[in-house]
Amino acid sequence: MLMKTGSKPKLVLIGNGMAGMRTIEEVLKIDANMYDITVFGAEPYGNYNRIMLSPVLAGDKTVDDIMINDTQWYADNGITLHAGKTITRVDRAKCVVEADDGTVEPYDRLLLATGSDPFIIPVPGADLDGVITFRDIHDVNRMMEAAKTKKHAVVIGGGLLGLEAAKGLMIQGMDVTVVHLMDCLMERQLDPMAGGMLRRSLEDQGMKFLMPASTQEILGEDHVTGVRFADGSEIPADIVVMAVGIRPNIKLAQSAGIHCERGVVVNDTMQTFDPRIYAVGECVQHRKQTYGLVAPLFEQARICANHLTERCVLRYLGSVTSTKLKVTGIDLFSAGDFIGSDATEDMTFRDPARNIYKKLVIEENRIKGAVMFGDTVDGAWYFQMMRDGTDISAFRDTILFGKAHLGDSGRGDQNQAMAMADGDEVCGCNGVCKGDIVAAITKNKLYTLDDVRTHTKASSSCGSCTGLVEQLLAATAGGDYSATPKEKPLCKCTDRTHEEVRRVILEQSLKTIPEVMSFLEWSNPDGCASCRPALNYYLLCAWPGEYIDDQQSRFINERAHANIQKDGTYSVVPRMWGGVTNPKELRAIADVADKFDIPTVKVTGGQRIDLLGVKKDDLPAVWADLNAAGLVSGHAYGKALRTVKTCVGSEWCRFGVQDSTRMGVDLEKMCWGTWTPHKVKLAVSGCPRNCAEATIKDFGVVAVDSGWELHVGGNGGMKVRKTDLLCKVKTPEEVLEYCGAYLQLYREEAYYLERTAPWIERVGLESVKQRVVEDAEGRKALYERFLYSQSFSQDDPWAARARQAELQSEFRTLAAV
Amino acid sequence: METWVKICRVADIPRLGARVVKSARGDIAVFRTANDEIFALMDRCPHKAGPLSQGIVHGKRVTCPLHNWVLELADGNALAPDVGCAPTVGAKIDEEDVYLDMPAARTTPVAAE
Repeated sequence: MLMKTGSKPKLVLIGNGMAGMRTIEEVLKIDANMYDITVFGAEPYGNYNRIMLSPVLAGDKTVDDIMINDTQWYADNGITLHAGKTITRVDRAKCVVEADDGTVEPYDRLLLATGSDPFIIPVPGADLDGVITFRDIHDVNRMMEAAKTKKHAVVIGGGLLGLEAAKGLMIQGMDVTVVHLMDCLMERQLDPMAGGMLRRSLEDQGMKFLMPASTQEILGEDHVTGVRFADGSEIPADIVVMAVGIRPNIKLAQSAGIHCERGVVVNDTMQTFDPRIYAVGECVQHRKQTYGLVAPLFEQARICANHLTERCVLRYLGSVTSTKLKVTGIDLFSAGDFIGSDATEDMTFRDPARNIYKKLVIEENRIKGAVMFGDTVDGAWYFQMMRDGTDISAFRDTILFGKAHLGDSGRGDQNQAMAMADGDEVCGCNGVCKGDIVAAITKNKLYTLDDVRTHTKASSSCGSCTGLVEQLLAATAGGDYSATPKEKPLCKCTDRTHEEVRRVILEQSLKTIPEVMSFLEWSNPDGCASCRPALNYYLLCAWPGEYIDDQQSRFINERAHANIQKDGTYSVVPRMWGGVTNPKELRAIADVADKFDIPTVKVTGGQRIDLLGVKKDDLPAVWADLNAAGLVSGHAYGKALRTVKTCVGSEWCRFGVQDSTRMGVDLEKMCWGTWTPHKVKLAVSGCPRNCAEATIKDFGVVAVDSGWELHVGGNGGMKVRKTDLLCKVKTPEEVLEYCGAYLQLYREEAYYLERTAPWIERVGLESVKQRVVEDAEGRKALYERFLYSQSFSQDDPWAARARQAELQSEFRTLAAV
Repeated sequence: METWVKICRVADIPRLGARVVKSARGDIAVFRTANDEIFALMDRCPHKAGPLSQGIVHGKRVTCPLHNWVLELADGNALAPDVGCAPTVGAKIDEEDVYLDMPAARTTPVAAE
């Protein structure tokens, strides 16, 4: 526990950079009043976006543009900022830090974010005037000053930083030569092919290269005049920019006796060997790795804040990083293992005329790395699949052509974010235009997809524009911000993922929502509208027959067993088994429509009849009348089995080869009443002409002469997905068994609100085939679990509410005054 | 001046739920939190008039069933960045009975107003 020195414990941050301040922001987000916060920064400014220094040098942005928090922000948040003061000593015994101006500050928790120093190669002349590093605003100012009067610039280092500096100096009007030790530019990010293309593109722009070349001496009396190389050659230079790499800045930590190797060593909670002292950012070494890109630093900040605020549920497991070069006119992307090994395969695409090159490194149908040059719009997509371990076998043949070729039903042009006009609509659900999003990102300094969703609503509904919004975010806030964490928490009340929550429910035998929330330390005592329905479902699925459904954790449609409409009335859809009805049922529906003045009667896409505009108070009476004619709830409102659509099949159709209607009715009798992660739709077609459109259903059955084809993972809707063929079976009994097993697997493994299509894309068709087709015993066990669960769920909710008076209070007005 | 009208027993409203009271001013949603506090708002979301009484109640907030706006039960204000407010209605509990402050429903005229 935290021991307090004053009224509030004191948190002191050393290093006013991006990682440290991001941690402070995360701490404030979790608990704004927990700490007295003091920040020391050696630079005389507020906090600025260091990765945007290149655009400043290139003249695309000004220093003001890249400030994240100005001094007023610190004051507004009650933070004491000591800008321009360098900490010289940490006294761990007394728990105080001392600055170069004599300031002494006690701490309860200390956060080290001292960043890194540029590495200066130890050659003669390295200390001459005119030798500059590329690290902070001061360096950028020196370069821009030099460019006004000097001509020749030599940049030592052909990596990311060196090339960005070189390009910036070129834009400032200097004649620039890049000197690189290796024969490939950016060899830590690029393969020789992409490295060569990059070199040619930069040469076309006027940049000169000397490589491989080893610098031996920097020439000059008191100011730089030139550079000499190992082979004896010399070139003139008015300034030399050292950009060969960075070293974690561990001087202060070392002098305080904190364990350091290459960086300050931290554990998975970002804690150093002194439990009062945490560290984040470029100065840190975690599991032997150091990081210099911004996405991992932000991840560390989030985890560190979680522990500083004593929430203690997150662990840092290291980051997979991707790189984009911030140079105008050059598109370049790199991630993961882009070289490959004996166990991997390369897939490459080259178009010399358009100067495009893409390479994916694949291992067992999963992306291990990617390099792209010239056309990088799909970089984020490949990177996401790489982090998710997505099985790409289903679209291997077109993957190099990008996401737009996956058949996105009209939304395939997602990649043209930058080409869109400000007035173009990005989010069709919420009517948000590109201009609104860009303005919100700039004005409110948004960095994450979640932030953009909260402020603009864009991508917060159907999510089909998420890629576009991420692109706008990347382009507006800087390339490195785009990365969304792979492990998405279930909701904002917890840091646990869906998967973790489901596992813990089973492992710990948690049987009520309050038990889950208390065991997993939910941040809001009764959760929110996102997590409560999810937990209710997970518990229902885990403990069939035992768990008591929590009505108040269900969305209104599942509580009222009808669909809420925009005016607060409801729609009612009776079940019609396999889409088959009769005069008696139709008469009952007509009578109900008359009796209750139901304004609209409509046939749905799933072959049912929808009664729209029913007042809530009338629902129980409407159901009672429908029940009397033998009609039951159609569950058109639920995350449940919706409909089984059929064609007439061999009973009537001259082409039909099997009795698809009978099959559909039997499937619906088996599956109705089941609760699932999301809605589930089935269809059965009587021949391959497929009139029931079974190949865009969650589970589609297509009759063939020799039996039945089973198709899975399709849906219509905003992102159409055609099913994958699961297998072929011979008998109707097998269709039922495979269907039950498949649905149970989906029920047990999918995340709440994940339909079968994204679920299968996430886990891979192969794993579903393995569990449902190849493993016969496993299939039977799944099927039995499905039937067992069904034995508790096939109770018509309409009849139950007509039967039990206490269930009716939901539908009655309380009083009139 | 407050005019309290007895509506129901606390137990008539489900925990983390709501019931509707009809009034001349329109429907009123009466909410009950996990800790048995009672709040009342006009049953119209400031966004698109969704029936708040049908939403999921969590903490001292309700999520509108139509488009997931979240409103504070205590003052009816929408959670930032959404902006809007559902008018509140005074509510209190006395001996397990729920009362609403209903000036329009006065049963006896008040003099010299």
